[in-house]
Amino acid sequence: MGVTAGWFERFASKLGMGLLRILQRRVASGRDDIMNIHEYQAKAMFRESGIKVQDGVHCTSVDEALSAYDSLGCAVVAVKSQIHAGGRGKGTLFDPTSGEEVMQGGVKIAFSREDVEEYAKNISGNLLVTKQTGPEGKIVSNMYVESGCSIEHEYYLAILVDRDTKSVLFMASTEGGMDIEEVAEKTPDAIHKAWAHPMEGLRNEDAESLAASLGLSGESSDEMVDMLGSLYELFMEKDCSMIEINPLVKTEDGSMVALDAKVSFDDNADFRHPWRDGLRDLSEEEEVEIRAHELGLSYVKLDGNIGCLVNGAGLAMASMDVIKLYGGEPANFLDIGGGATKESITAAFEIILEDSSVEGILVNIFGGIIRCDMVARSVIEASEEIGLDVPLVVRFSGTNHVEGKAVLDGSGMSVHTTSTLSEGARKIVELIGSGN
Amino acid sequence: MAIWINDDSKILIQGITGRQGTFHGIRMSRYNTNVVGGVTPGKGGQTVDLEGRKVPVFNSMSEAISETSADVSVIYVPARFASGAIVDAAESFQAAGGGLIVCITEGIPTLDMVRAVAIVDSCPDVRLIGPNCPGIISPGEDGGCKVGIMPAFIHEKGRIGIVSKSGTLTYEAVAQTMSVDEGQTTCVGIGGDPVNGTGFIDCLSAFENDPETVAVVMIGEIGGSAEEEAAEWVEANMTKPVVGFVAGSTAPPGKRMGHAGAIISGGKGTAAEKFSAFEAAGIYVARDPSEIGEVLVRALVDAGLRES
Repeated sequence: MGVTAGWFERFASKLGMGLLRILQRRVASGRDDIMNIHEYQAKAMFRESGIKVQDGVHCTSVDEALSAYDSLGCAVVAVKSQIHAGGRGKGTLFDPTSGEEVMQGGVKIAFSREDVEEYAKNISGNLLVTKQTGPEGKIVSNMYVESGCSIEHEYYLAILVDRDTKSVLFMASTEGGMDIEEVAEKTPDAIHKAWAHPMEGLRNEDAESLAASLGLSGESSDEMVDMLGSLYELFMEKDCSMIEINPLVKTEDGSMVALDAKVSFDDNADFRHPWRDGLRDLSEEEEVEIRAHELGLSYVKLDGNIGCLVNGAGLAMASMDVIKLYGGEPANFLDIGGGATKESITAAFEIILEDSSVEGILVNIFGGIIRCDMVARSVIEASEEIGLDVPLVVRFSGTNHVEGKAVLDGSGMSVHTTSTLSEGARKIVELIGSGN
Repeated sequence: MAIWINDDSKILIQGITGRQGTFHGIRMSRYNTNVVGGVTPGKGGQTVDLEGRKVPVFNSMSEAISETSADVSVIYVPARFASGAIVDAAESFQAAGGGLIVCITEGIPTLDMVRAVAIVDSCPDVRLIGPNCPGIISPGEDGGCKVGIMPAFIHEKGRIGIVSKSGTLTYEAVAQTMSVDEGQTTCVGIGGDPVNGTGFIDCLSAFENDPETVAVVMIGEIGGSAEEEAAEWVEANMTKPVVGFVAGSTAPPGKRMGHAGAIISGGKGTAAEKFSAFEAAGIYVARDPSEIGEVLVRALVDAGLRES
């Protein structure tokens, strides 16, 4: 028995891995279940950790933006939309009521007080659509007004957990300010990497060689090495899942400054970071997904019309797949989890039925710790409480599946029971297809 | 034979005095799994009653191992303490000659796992399965060795190896083998977290070397590239037939599907890519998990291991 590949061997063997595979993780760690914060919040954190950022002020109105400009005392400032999505600079702002385009670019450089006023007016309360928000966009309620600086060169820097080497990875590029996926595809040689040792952290020589690979020398290199060390400490101390700085700039006097900051946290570590609650922007999160999470359910809304209620993440995905295989469209992913109760199952039905496109529900339970008869009773209770007036197919297998079926069959409820997933999926597709 | 655990394995339960630990300890014991004791720091000297069988509780893994000669540990401790439990088990097993750690706990902070896996990797005679997994089971003649939370009664001793990232989908695969009258040598749930211990290739390699296993069912899911790497390994090294399924064909990009690692991002990690890697490697593919049984029969017939 033995896991013989030591960390170093693994490290060495992975040096040749595809860049895109690392990048996909970067994107992955910036969304959904993982908690994101705004740039202004991330920069406050950087400032505390001794990572150089420009002076800046968080604002929520045009007036605040103007007084921020006055207080910064800098002729040139950036007025930045604050949303939890990338691509802000290249995004477009729309009036949310009329749908008319208001301005190109969610991050603007202002050269005067009048500019600040115009840009803040165009940003505040409007809808910002970027490559990452999707066409529905996001309403901007927060802005950040930041002092400008003289830029000599822009770099890219990201820190994330690399799944293959199971360690913290630093990824840097001389092509800052650009879409990093594009850089990876077109000029993969421009991306440089360094891994932190799981016990010792980022070694000084690795930080130095990463700085050198970006062409930094002298004081800029020293500043970069310090910054990498501080970022690593921040990453570990705050249980981040990703830190991305794009661009990280070298100013004309050779200083290294984080001009942007994107930070996200690993939700699993919430218990040791109670301060996170204060940084959470609930308007950026899907309300129904948060509610499901609080009930121990894992729910993701999809576009179809067949609701799914399943125990286990893999089985929940497989249920969606099989519905599709037999010609239906799943309306959601829903894993009720191993600790499901009557209450959480009723709540799960409620959440599924809130989606008005749902025309039928497939319940797929492979009983392990969860007993099928308990689920059967919960289905009946939910039906009595909230009224399940759409076709319902229940597939039971595993612990107490016979008892579960008997409970449903004896309930007088209109429900079809099956013993395999295939049958269940076929049945619900057929019931909806016939308009039953 | 089976892989990693068998009727002779001696099991310790870390977190045995907790609700989960006791609950599953009783179920393991009912299946005739040899639970020799447990560990809960501060509760050493107590005993836990596993339905009439009293087992001792120790303060630490090193003490528990030296008193019981256990070679397997299963972890049911809460997420915030789980990585500490893994490290305690790894260091203690290494000092005692080796062992297997099975971590069931879900929701462990990723950076805790980065450190814990590094320590496990520095212990050459220690293997970690999980975390966030159903565990591992080797069905025997009368009960068997069950180290985890799976429903034991669905299994039967046989000649098929099963490895899966998902819990309930593993049970589905087990039920599928049973539906065509095939039992299992060992079923391993490796878990769906981004940073974990044993991977697909470790399991495939162990099944390849296990004389009793004649074929393997492998269940993957979207996210990462472990399935693609496993497919490459199968093509290059595996002489036994492999049947594969990947969950998440309908999962939308950029959305996490329950498991922390199950996400399609940047157009990568899709089920379509994984299925085609499987096909390219000569793996028998089931597109519907309810067809795993049928596909397995076809694989066994092709290999001359079954008439029909």
